[in-house]
Amino acid sequence: MVKRLGALLLLLAIGGIFTSLLVGYVPDTELNDTARYYAYHTAADIGSANIVTAIVITYRGLDTLGEVTVLFLAAAILGLVLARGRRQAQARRALTPVGELLTTGSRVLVPLIMLLGVYVFINGHLTPGGGFQGGAVIASGVLLLLLAGPRKPFAHSLIAAVESLAGVFYVVIGLMGLVLAGGFLDSRVLPLGVLGALFSAGTIPIIYTLIGLKVGAEFSVMLSDLAETEELG
Amino acid sequence: MIHLAMATGFLLILIGFYGAVSNRNILRMIVAFTIADSGVNLVIVAIGYMPGRTAPILDATVKAGYAAARIIDPVPQALVLTAIVIGVGVTALMLAYAYKLYEKKRSLDIAKFTELRG
Repeated sequence: MVKRLGALLLLLAIGGIFTSLLVGYVPDTELNDTARYYAYHTAADIGSANIVTAIVITYRGLDTLGEVTVLFLAAAILGLVLARGRRQAQARRALTPVGELLTTGSRVLVPLIMLLGVYVFINGHLTPGGGFQGGAVIASGVLLLLLAGPRKPFAHSLIAAVESLAGVFYVVIGLMGLVLAGGFLDSRVLPLGVLGALFSAGTIPIIYTLIGLKVGAEFSVMLSDLAETEELG
Repeated sequence: MIHLAMATGFLLILIGFYGAVSNRNILRMIVAFTIADSGVNLVIVAIGYMPGRTAPILDATVKAGYAAARIIDPVPQALVLTAIVIGVGVTALMLAYAYKLYEKKRSLDIAKFTELRG
């Protein structure tokens, strides 16, 4: 009872802070200096129609490399922590049959979902999409496959190869920027092209494709790790 | 409109905090944390919004030279893109540790885990 009262008091205090923030909030009418720099220079310097993509991939590219690394570490630790649970589970219990609807539905939908994922990350510099979003879409297709065929063997070595190769090429492109352009992960290794064209913005489409493959592979590994961990008796 | 989005974000954070402190089941606490996470992302995106402006994507209607007067702040959006991805990683790790804890005690009740109590 005392505990619940304390929790409520804490929430009231935080809610009070939030309310005072909300009441006094007036949205900006002008962009701040950082945002104005990006707005003025993206088109000429980076050639990417989507300014958020230019920030994520080029201006703050090192952060994104770190982000992909964090995601890789999370997937690796997940595999490590759950590894013992997987090995123990030899005697598998019987699953309820998947059902016609899910099997047929997954056959129709999975190729379309994969196609949408690829579309989203290839057009990351033109539309509100990108490698992380496309990778998540691809992983949702893998989730559907896992639901439709829980006993089907998961191609761990293929996924691991895709993931490591994408990571290696991402870093190689970053190093090429160091040699051929202004610095690490500079996307001006390739010509900038016409603003708004599919093949434009230097190496951004390539980097986003690699990130899409890597993120899709990492999410898929996480999902399959969680799915293959058997229920404890 | 912007205050509505921001209030929703703050409300989600509060719901998440309440769920995290009032539930004893570890899985429910994880769900509560992801709700609070969504609330934080919503608030950050709402801060970047400016009335009467459009998305930070250059096209025929948003010419490169005039972009600074037409677009909303792209920096919070880039931040939230990162935050969402890291949030997925954190959630996956929390779920894995919850599994490990269940394996050890055969229970997800947080009150049963007393090893660190002073």
